Amino acid sequence: MEIKVLKDILGANEQIAERNRRLLDEKGVFAVNLMASPGAGKTSLILETIKRLEGKARIGVIEGDVSSSLDAETVGKEGVPVIQINTGGACHLDANMVANALDNVPLRDIELLIIENVGNLICPAAFALGEHRKVLLASTPEGDDKPFKYPMMFQKADVVLINKMDLLPYLKFDIQRLSRAVRGINEKAEILPISCTTGQGIQEWVAWLLKQMEQRQNRQA
Amino acid sequence: MHELAITQNIFDLTLEQARQAGARRVGKINLVIGEMTGVVSDCVRFYFGFISRGTMAEGATLSFVMVPPKAKCRDCNKLFKLKEFDWTCPHCGGSRLQIVAGEELFVESIEVE
Repeated sequence: MEIKVLKDILGANEQIAERNRRLLDEKGVFAVNLMASPGAGKTSLILETIKRLEGKARIGVIEGDVSSSLDAETVGKEGVPVIQINTGGACHLDANMVANALDNVPLRDIELLIIENVGNLICPAAFALGEHRKVLLASTPEGDDKPFKYPMMFQKADVVLINKMDLLPYLKFDIQRLSRAVRGINEKAEILPISCTTGQGIQEWVAWLLKQMEQRQNRQA
Repeated sequence: MHELAITQNIFDLTLEQARQAGARRVGKINLVIGEMTGVVSDCVRFYFGFISRGTMAEGATLSFVMVPPKAKCRDCNKLFKLKEFDWTCPHCGGSRLQIVAGEELFVESIEVE
């Protein structure tokens, strides 16, 4: 006997992600899912963001790593609450891991939750976590062909940050090529060139973030 | 490790549906997977062998329909196959496109006894 199923394989993850989002909304916390390759500068971006938002938004961080708590320790020094998730080998965070971590995040004390996903451009695209916005951090040494290789990730991003712009003189990186490819499949995403080292574009990034938070608040009010 | 999570979900969905139907054994699982998801069918089969051991889905055949990526040009509305490293519409040369196939990830049906 054949039974028609027609069910999304990741449907269970979507349901938990939706629960996470409702919890965050109840507590008035805006969450972003920060995704990138290993070494693109996720942790550096978080550190810069914490500095720039001091006095403007209270931040909490969930650090997703395959193993170790190095990143959590680095971010923890900035005096913000940090929860480490070690995926124990898994290459992405899923909604259930985040649900468990949320139990330990002081949601009453924060307005912005940055979820640093595991460094990987494939799997995290498929797993919603309950975030309000997806942030994709690319970097110039990775090459301008990344959108062609990881279209799902670039298609779903709400903002594409291009980090390490200070290295541009040393690289064959055509920002127009990358931007055109992103624009082709994703008209809505903002594309912001940045450098966590020189501070280029960080102000624009933080302004984008604050605008998204404000829009969300207004919608809920 | 992406495939492990996906295989676990395929297994859970299959068993839930099979139990609801009062089945004793699952013979086949028909899956539809978009090529853009990066899911490797051999890898899913390998994990499924482990996960299903000692259950009514042990020994079930996994059948994959792999869907190649396809896009729709937002300028001329025509469909075309998405080529690697070239995202321009072969009909009008436009580069504004919408991906319409290749992201599928679902269980189409199961065959049970």
